[in-house]
Amino acid sequence: MPEPMMNLHVMAAASPEIYLTAAICVVLLFEAFVGSKRPGATGTLTLLMLVIGAAVTVAFADVTQRTVLFDGNYIADPLAYVLKLAAFLAVAVSLLYSRAYLQNRDILKGEYYVLALSALLGIFVLISANSLLTVYLGVELLALSVYAMVAFDRESGVAAEAAMKYFVLGAIASGMLLYGMSIIYGLTGTLSLDGIAVALSAPNNLGVILGLTFVVVAVAFKMGAVPFHMWLPDVYEGAPTSVTLFIGTAPKIAYFALALRLLAHGLAGVSVDWTAMLTPLAVLTLVIGNTVAIAQSNLKRMLAYSTIANVGFILLGFVAGTPSGYTAALYYTLVYILVALGSFGVIILASRKGFEADRLEDYKGLYRRDPLLALAMAMMMFSTAGVPPFVGFWAKLRIFQALWETHHLWLVVIAAAMSVVGAFYYLRVVKLMYFDEAPETLPETAGSFGVRLTLGLNAAAVFVLGVLPAPLLDLCTRVIH
Amino acid sequence: MHDHLLSLLIWLPIAAGIVVLLLGERNIGAGRWLSLIASLAALALCVPLMMDFNTHTAAFQFVDSAPWIPRFHANYALGVDGISMPLIVLTALMTVPVVIAGWNVITKRPAQYYAAFLIMEGLMVGVFSATDALLFYFFWEAMLIPMFLIIGIWGGPRRVYATIKFFLYTFLGSVFMLAALIYMYVKSGSYSIASFQSLPLTLTEQRWIFAAFMLAFAVKVPMWPVHTWLPDAHVEAPTGGSVILAAIMLKMGGYGFLRFSLPIVPDACRQLDALVITLSLIAVIYIGFVALVQQDMKKLIAYSSIAHMGFVTLGAFLIYAIVRSTGATQGAGMGMDGAMVQMISHGLISGALFLCVGVLYDRMHSRQIADYGGVINTMPVFAGFMVLFALANTGLPGTSGFVGEFLVILASFKASFWYSALAAVTLILGAAYTLWLVKRVVFGPVANDHVAHLSDLNGREFLILGALALAVLVLGIWPEPLLKVMEPSIQHLVTQAAATKIPV
Repeated sequence: MPEPMMNLHVMAAASPEIYLTAAICVVLLFEAFVGSKRPGATGTLTLLMLVIGAAVTVAFADVTQRTVLFDGNYIADPLAYVLKLAAFLAVAVSLLYSRAYLQNRDILKGEYYVLALSALLGIFVLISANSLLTVYLGVELLALSVYAMVAFDRESGVAAEAAMKYFVLGAIASGMLLYGMSIIYGLTGTLSLDGIAVALSAPNNLGVILGLTFVVVAVAFKMGAVPFHMWLPDVYEGAPTSVTLFIGTAPKIAYFALALRLLAHGLAGVSVDWTAMLTPLAVLTLVIGNTVAIAQSNLKRMLAYSTIANVGFILLGFVAGTPSGYTAALYYTLVYILVALGSFGVIILASRKGFEADRLEDYKGLYRRDPLLALAMAMMMFSTAGVPPFVGFWAKLRIFQALWETHHLWLVVIAAAMSVVGAFYYLRVVKLMYFDEAPETLPETAGSFGVRLTLGLNAAAVFVLGVLPAPLLDLCTRVIH
Repeated sequence: MHDHLLSLLIWLPIAAGIVVLLLGERNIGAGRWLSLIASLAALALCVPLMMDFNTHTAAFQFVDSAPWIPRFHANYALGVDGISMPLIVLTALMTVPVVIAGWNVITKRPAQYYAAFLIMEGLMVGVFSATDALLFYFFWEAMLIPMFLIIGIWGGPRRVYATIKFFLYTFLGSVFMLAALIYMYVKSGSYSIASFQSLPLTLTEQRWIFAAFMLAFAVKVPMWPVHTWLPDAHVEAPTGGSVILAAIMLKMGGYGFLRFSLPIVPDACRQLDALVITLSLIAVIYIGFVALVQQDMKKLIAYSSIAHMGFVTLGAFLIYAIVRSTGATQGAGMGMDGAMVQMISHGLISGALFLCVGVLYDRMHSRQIADYGGVINTMPVFAGFMVLFALANTGLPGTSGFVGEFLVILASFKASFWYSALAAVTLILGAAYTLWLVKRVVFGPVANDHVAHLSDLNGREFLILGALALAVLVLGIWPEPLLKVMEPSIQHLVTQAAATKIPV
């Protein structure tokens, strides 16, 4: 099939990436000449850039069908469109929450925003990756930006340690990914995911399984699946909370896309093999994530293990290996991001200059000190526990449904049992906030009106999407099919 | 208006609860009155529900339906039949005394207290009126949140332990039920309960689904051996929480057996009915003995609740034993009638008893039986009520407690002599623990100075206990209207439960 002509009309599908690259340059220049004199101005500009970016995406990248560009390396489809908009939103909200936090720690610098934007570009490249090369490009662009963000607070020893761990382990994972890709390339002779999908159709080929193993390990590492999760709690705990918020949200979209493009599309022919590999990973992830979370006394660390547990659910969607399963995984990912934004947002708002509200006991009696934060956090916790009327319930329901459709009785039983275990530590947070009395010494919480309004809207979304789940469920089904 | 009567019953209390919450603790005066008006309005809405209820059909009435999630064929579908209608009325009826009982007593975060109960009321009506399984589950689980907060915020010293135990126990049961519901959705392509009831299922499937339902409903009833959350929850919960827990939430387990287990997996029920009956009889006898040794009034009534709910599950599952011993379903309806009457009656009586304990607790701040004695000398009117409810709890003829137990024992005779002999032990045990409680608390000489200074019921307390006493007596003397309302639905249920759904 001849490639379509590279004219402007066709390029419009790639406008989000093109725009974002330009925006990064603008922000960088602005920081160099204006922002360094007026701290905070770069942040405002970045938010503005993100809003314009979302508008550009809506105007030019709203494709109705699969469009393959750049010699088959790049794909634009309705899924990519939705994921990119979600990533815009997630990054914008997380930057909005972080601003006062960064200022209080003297790390409100323009470079932070530049790194965030280049991470976003990495996310976009991954979302639209249609060849092994683009996949790797996206993975590295995202990872390198995020390593730097974790280490952004130069004064903090734990942050440096976390960044180091993340970097070393991440590099190994990247190596695994490259190695696996090289084997697959050697077997198929093509880098294009479409080509690989055509070439690999017979399962149980030893060579393919070898390559696949490395690819699955790398994907599991990026997602934080057990036993490749070791970096995640340390990074979540060690990084400045604003960075934890960032890496806990938008990159999840990219890793969902990574798994979908690479496994569900490129390696669809050998799905029997990779679902067999993912099944024990998913079960281990669910069990370890949920049980270890119980033992944590640091809220960020607890949420890190909760993230791992949630990754287990997302993997279950892939284990189902059907469009319905991918829909469930997509829905779960989006819901997870919404809730992670809210819960890490509360941690950020509860922190003050010189005080990190990251221990569980810092939340004692939060209801009295700040009803909005407590209510938002309680809603996030009930949602992740999967209790209606909050949106997390539908995410779990959708995963169960996908598993039933593929007759995975035992996985349903394990997932159900693990959601009960999970409920325990989510309830404990509610207990601390609502049933315990606040110690006198804790500082007041704050946050500007706009930030608090955003948090309120975030919480409201968790509730409204829980009562009326049809639109988002429909959207996810539509873009996957 | 009839089209939306049920919706109104659900959303009016919830909306009122949210308004009370928004009014906040500063405007608690207005909040209190609004709560009272809303709960009375919900009760008033039950009048057309009862008056215009057609007692000649088993079909769902007051049907209200709108698409909810079209892709899943899940609807916002409401409706009532003879089984759910009385339970909805009970819900509306029991919320009013809870609001009144908290009037001057709750001083800690009162606005949230009222809001929690009003929201609970709406959600509970939702559970009983949903005809879509997903909607049912939605309400069923959502209800846990306000109850979790009620016990956790206004409860006693070990409230945190009790409320987390309560939540996790019920949540454990429910998630497996959810898994079963989704399985049936995947098979039938719809979430409507009616489509589940007509869905053919192999015996293996039915057994798994039965197990999932059993877990959910047995925890909620609660049946031995998964009952241990209840005494803890009751002891720690504030009076209102105990009333709602005993009067209504436990009924959801019984309702679940009647609405889901029996009609959806009749073959598994037929095969495993001995399990349910054995557990029920253990609840009746063993828990009766356990109740006998309690030192704490609330704990005693909690155990008494478990024993009484044993009658509900016993009555519901007698049908298969009756068919086996007589070859016909004649008399099976009587067991289910008994189960239903027992639920309504126990709702009134246990609620009233918890309110009685609340009256004493508000004055003495103790629930220990040993701290009381001779209350009748200082609180004669209260003593009269307490004795009446205690006698009703033992199943004295003329009170509602008699009707349910009598019907179940009568039906169990048809099934097996031993069932009825064992069930009848409750007449002795129930009398023993209840009357001994009354003897130690109410009668005898004044035990100590605190009792000597007790003041009798105030107008507010007299009003709620009086109303409940009236209901207990009316239902005991003239149960006919209730039985008539249930008749067609029970007959329909008997047909469904006796049928087989195994595809041939």
